[in-house]
Amino acid sequence: MMDVLYFAWVRERIGLPREQIETSAATVHDLVAELSARDARYALAFSDLSALRVALDQELSEFDAPLDGVREVAFFPPMTGG
Amino acid sequence: MQVRVQTEEFDLGQVCADFSARVTGAGAVVTFTGIVREAEAGDMLAMEIEQYPGMTQKALEKIAQDAIERWSLADALVIHRHGRLAPGAQIMMVATAARHRKDAFEAAEYLMDFLKSRAPFWKKEILKDGRADWVAAKDSDEDALTRW
Repeated sequence: MMDVLYFAWVRERIGLPREQIETSAATVHDLVAELSARDARYALAFSDLSALRVALDQELSEFDAPLDGVREVAFFPPMTGG
Repeated sequence: MQVRVQTEEFDLGQVCADFSARVTGAGAVVTFTGIVREAEAGDMLAMEIEQYPGMTQKALEKIAQDAIERWSLADALVIHRHGRLAPGAQIMMVATAARHRKDAFEAAEYLMDFLKSRAPFWKKEILKDGRADWVAAKDSDEDALTRW
């Protein structure tokens, strides 16, 4: 089981802040494709990956990164701290 | 190093006084405070700041630790608020202490540049008419990281 978290407008578009999913996706790209195929809300949220960032186990990562051993994946827009 | 992620207001004067008092071997303390800016149209009711609990603290500690090592700081402090803040409210502050002012100033700028685009916070402007807009990240904020 993997925890998938969504923040800011990604959370609003998908309509939930987090969910647990059973997946055999090998990379973040594969997971995005799997989620996008589920439902139009996901497809819309993931339609432009250049507008998204991903964190694996709370570390900023890349969309081609492997998911082997990863327990928590988070998708969000570019951060606006400060 | 002190890193605090909180919803509560902080007392800038008290934090600065405490930070300076506990530091040893420094000749310079620099502080920066970020304030919720009123929208140009004057139609903003509040700024809502969302964070990624768990990742936020770790990301801020990493940024502060990198600054401490790079500029041999005597100490560094980061406070960042989240939740709903009114225009004019203090959002965040950084403080750096170094032997010389150049290092303290540079380290404070480094902290600010990385806080802007590497700390998991997202700002949303809540307008008086009920609309709400996510604040878009600026390319210039990402570009600012390349100088380090």
